[in-house]
Amino acid sequence: MAYKRQIDRLPIIPADAQEFNVTCHYCIVGCGYKAYTWPINRQGGTAPDENKFGEDLSRQQYQDAEAWYAPSMYNIVRQNGRDVHLVVKPDVNCVVNSGLGSVRGARMAENRPSRVTGTQLQRIGDPLVWRNGTWQPTSWDDALDLVARVTARVITEGSEDDLVVSMFDHGGSAGGYENTWGTGKLYFGAMKVKNARIHNRPAYNSEVHSSRDMGVDELNYAYEDYQLTDTIFIVGANPMETQTNLFLNHMVKGLQNGARMVVVDPRRTLTVASAEQFAGKENVLHLAINEGTDLALLNALFTHIADQGWVDREFIEKSTFRDGVAVRQDAAHPASLGSFEHALEAVRMSVEEAAGICSVPAADIVKAAEWIAKPHDDGSRRKCVTAYEKGVIWGNDNYRTVGALVNIALATGNIGREGGGCCRLGGHQEGYFRPSDAHVGRPAEYVDQFLIRGLGAVHHIWACDHYKTTLNASEFKRVHKRRADMVKDAIDAAAGRSREEVVDAIMGAIRMGGLFVVDVDIIHSQIGQNAHVILPACEANEMNLTSMNGERRLRLSERYMDPWGNSRPDCLIAAGIARHMERVLREMGHGEYADRFKGFDWQTEEDAFMDGYHQANPEVTYERLRAMGNNGVQEPVVGFENGRLVGTTRLYTDGRFTRHGREDGKALFCAGAWRGWQAPGKAREKASHRFWINNVRANIFWQNQFLDQKNEFVQDRYPHPFVEMHPDDMVELGINPGDLVEIVNENGVTQGMAYPMPTLKRNTVAMVFGSPAGSQGNVVNPGVNELVLPDYKHTWGNIRKIADATPETRAISFKSHEVAL
Amino acid sequence: MKCNRMVDVGRRQFLRGGFVGAAGAAASAVLPAEAARARGLARVAYPSTRLANIRDLKVNEPMDIAYPDADSPGVLLKLGRPVEGGVGPDGDIVAFSVLCPHKGWLLSYSAGDRTLNCPGHHSRFDCEAGGQQIWGHATQNLPQFLLRVDDKGDIHAEGVDELIYGRLSNVLEA
Repeated sequence: MAYKRQIDRLPIIPADAQEFNVTCHYCIVGCGYKAYTWPINRQGGTAPDENKFGEDLSRQQYQDAEAWYAPSMYNIVRQNGRDVHLVVKPDVNCVVNSGLGSVRGARMAENRPSRVTGTQLQRIGDPLVWRNGTWQPTSWDDALDLVARVTARVITEGSEDDLVVSMFDHGGSAGGYENTWGTGKLYFGAMKVKNARIHNRPAYNSEVHSSRDMGVDELNYAYEDYQLTDTIFIVGANPMETQTNLFLNHMVKGLQNGARMVVVDPRRTLTVASAEQFAGKENVLHLAINEGTDLALLNALFTHIADQGWVDREFIEKSTFRDGVAVRQDAAHPASLGSFEHALEAVRMSVEEAAGICSVPAADIVKAAEWIAKPHDDGSRRKCVTAYEKGVIWGNDNYRTVGALVNIALATGNIGREGGGCCRLGGHQEGYFRPSDAHVGRPAEYVDQFLIRGLGAVHHIWACDHYKTTLNASEFKRVHKRRADMVKDAIDAAAGRSREEVVDAIMGAIRMGGLFVVDVDIIHSQIGQNAHVILPACEANEMNLTSMNGERRLRLSERYMDPWGNSRPDCLIAAGIARHMERVLREMGHGEYADRFKGFDWQTEEDAFMDGYHQANPEVTYERLRAMGNNGVQEPVVGFENGRLVGTTRLYTDGRFTRHGREDGKALFCAGAWRGWQAPGKAREKASHRFWINNVRANIFWQNQFLDQKNEFVQDRYPHPFVEMHPDDMVELGINPGDLVEIVNENGVTQGMAYPMPTLKRNTVAMVFGSPAGSQGNVVNPGVNELVLPDYKHTWGNIRKIADATPETRAISFKSHEVAL
Repeated sequence: MKCNRMVDVGRRQFLRGGFVGAAGAAASAVLPAEAARARGLARVAYPSTRLANIRDLKVNEPMDIAYPDADSPGVLLKLGRPVEGGVGPDGDIVAFSVLCPHKGWLLSYSAGDRTLNCPGHHSRFDCEAGGQQIWGHATQNLPQFLLRVDDKGDIHAEGVDELIYGRLSNVLEA
C-alpha cells in the first residue's frame, strides 16, 4: 500500500513567525530553505494579514507557489525548552534552487527528532557506556573520563599511532567548518594522528589528487556557468538523481538556452533521459562505454582535440607549464605531470582504438570531441563545462582519469572562464578547516587494512558507518567485531570494579589484540554495535553550522531548535575529549603532554568557528554571514564592503593556477596513459563472474539512509535495497520483481530486492550503495589505487534468488523511472 | 513524444490562475470564541461529489474531474484490473489529484504504462499502486480520492488521503 500520511490540513505560519536561514544539510548543492517557528498555542489564518506570505490562503495556490508546504515540511520540535511549530520549506529567493525542493531536503522537518510527533526517535540523547552487558546511559563527564583514560593510556604506553580515527571531512550534516575544526584541532593539532581515515574511504587522502597536483581546485566554477556554456560534459555523474536542483535549476536552463550535453556513463541514467526530454535527443550524446574504460575514452578525446588543433594555444602558452616534465611519476604520483606536449605524447590514443576498448562507435567519440572543443563556425572558442563524480572518483584508475578530464579542460582553455570549469559535482557540502595533515603522508596508511592486521588499540569514529560504506566490508566487519568483543568481554568480567580496574582490564584486552571503540554519532549506527562508548552528536540546525556548496557558496545555516536530548555539536564533543585528556594526562604525570590539549575552552559552536575558520578568514563572522542570508558568499572571501562580504564567482580568472602550490602559477598536464584495470584483483574477478555489480545512488535516499531508515515515505518505496537487473536476466534466473536475491563473490555476500530495469545492459546490475539492509561494500574487493583510493564501482559477482517477494516488496511499483510525456 | 493522452482540461486556465470559479473569496477574519467552536472539527469535512457513472468510463481512458472543488483538478480512471484503492465491480476504478505534489505542475496521463507524469521536473506516479511516486521530487505519494459506487453505478468522491498541492486545507475555507 502506498504510504499516505492522511493529513488533510496543516497549521498556517502566522505573520509574526520567527524566520531562519537554512542550507539543506544533505547534498553538495546546498539548496536554500527557510525555517519558520511559532508558539505551539498559536496559528496563522487564511487572510493575507494573518499569514507569513501575505496571501489569501482560502484560495488554491498555483504552480510554483511560495505559499504552500507539504506535510513533510512540518513538525513540532523543541526550541529553548518549549515545543514549537516548525515549517522548513524551499526558499524562492535563493539563487541555488529558486524555490525548488528535493525529495531529500523537503523532508528535513519531518526528519527532525520530535517527542511530540514521534519522528526520528532513533536519535541518541545520552552518552552510553558499555556496562553490565549492554549500553548504559550516563553523564558526559563519566563517558568522557573513560574515553580519555583509555586513550591516554594507549598513547602514552604506545604512541599516537595506536589511536585510529575515522572522521568526516565534509560540510553540512555532521560536518562543517565548526566540526572539522574541532576534530582537526584535537587529532592534528593537540595530537599528530597518522592513522586516520575519512568517512567514505579507507585512508586520509584526497579524492582528486591529480586535479590538485595539476594546480586546479576541483570546485572552480559557478553554477551559472551551466547557463552560459555551449556544452555540458558529464562523466561518471548522474546529477538529475544526486545533485537534483543543480540539474533542474542550472543545467536544464543551460539546455534550454541551447547547450548540448555529452554524458559518459555505462548506464542510461535519468540524467540522460531527462536531458533528452528538455533538449531533444539530437542535442544529447550518451557514450555508454564499457565499465572502467573512461580513461581510454578521455585520452582519445584529448588526442583528437589536439590533433585537430581545437586547443587554446594562447591559454596553454600563458597559463600552463611549458618545459617537459615538472613532476616525475613516483610512489606519490601515479603519473608524471608536465607540459601539454609531454602529456599528449604519453597518453596518445586513436579514436578507433578507444572505440574498441570502450565499445562505443568511433563516430560518437568524434562527435563528442566536436561538441566539446570544435570552434564555432565564426571561429570563436566553444565553451564547455566539465563535471564528474563517483563514476570517476570511485572508478578505475582515479588519478589518471581525473587528470585526463582536467587535461581536456586545460587544453581548451575552459577553466577560469564564463561557461567553463572542470569540477567534481560532489557528495556532501564542503566545510574543511583543519591543521595541516602533512604528517599523514602520501600515500596515506590504508587504515582498514591496518585494523584488519590487528594493529591499533583505540578507534575513535566520528559520524562514519564503515559497516555500510567501506570496501572489503565483510572482512572488515568480522575483524572489527572480534576485536571489539574482546574488550566488551573484559569490561563485563570487570563489572562492579573501580574505574581504574576497568581501564586496566580494557588495556589487558587491548594487549591481547582487542580494540577499544568510541563512536560519535547521532544514531546508534551499525558499526556502533561494536562501540564501548557512544557519544551523542547533534545535527545542523540544532546548532549553527557553516559550509560551502559545489560552487564554494558559504552560508550559515542557523540553529532553530535544541539539540536532541543531551546531544552536543561535534566540535564541543571534541573539546570535551580534549579537556578530559588534559586532566587525565596531568594526573598521570605527563604535564607537558597535557599542555598540548589546551585551547579548547569553547562554550558554543561559534567559539569553535572563531578559533578556526575565522582566524584564516578574518572578514568572516556569524553576524556577517547571517546578513548574507541564503545566497551567502562564494569563497574565497576577499573583502567586506558596504556591509557585505565580497566573494569570488569563479577561480583562476587571472589564468594563474595555484592549487599545487607552485610559485610559477602554471597548470600542469597529466601524462597518464591507459593501462587497463589498475586496482589489484579486478581483472580476475571480472573474468570469473557473470554480473558487473555497479553501485549507484537514488535521489530518494540520503547517503547510507541513517535518517531515512526511519522514514516511512522512503522505506515504503524501497523496503529493501534495490538490485536493478535487465528483465531478460531476471527471466533466465527465475527471478520476479520484488524477489530477494543474493549477490555472491569471493569477497562476501550481500542482498537486495530485484527491480527490473530494461534500460540496463545485459549482465549488469545497478545496486543502491550504502543500504542498512544490504551493504554493497560486502562484495567489493580490497583493491585501491596507488594513493589508496578505492574502486568501489568495479565488482563482479553471481546472483541467486533467496526468497519470493515479501508482502512489502510485492506492493511497490516496478515501473521504469523515466518520465513518459 | 507528445502523443500520450493529456489530462489537460483547464491547463492554461490553471497556470494563470483562471481555475478559480465558484470558490468563495471571503477570507475568514479572526473569529470570536463562540464561532471558533463551530470550526473546531479535528478533520476537514469532505463533500460527497458525484464524479461520473460507471457507464461513462472506458478502460484506460482518463476522465477529467475536480474534487473536492473546481480548483482541484483530478483524473478518474478505469484500469481494467483490480488495483490499490480501486472501487466498482471490478475493483479497478481510481481517482487522483493531477497537481504534482512537488511544485503543482499539471500531470499528464501515460496510457502506455498507466502513470501520471510531470512535465516540469519529471516526477511520475503509478496509478496502479495507489499513486506511489515511482521516481521524483515530491515528498509524498499522489493524493488519491476515496471513492464510493452506489447502486445506480454513480461514482462519488468522499475524501482525500494526502494534502493536495496548493492548499493547506484540502477543503478550502470560505
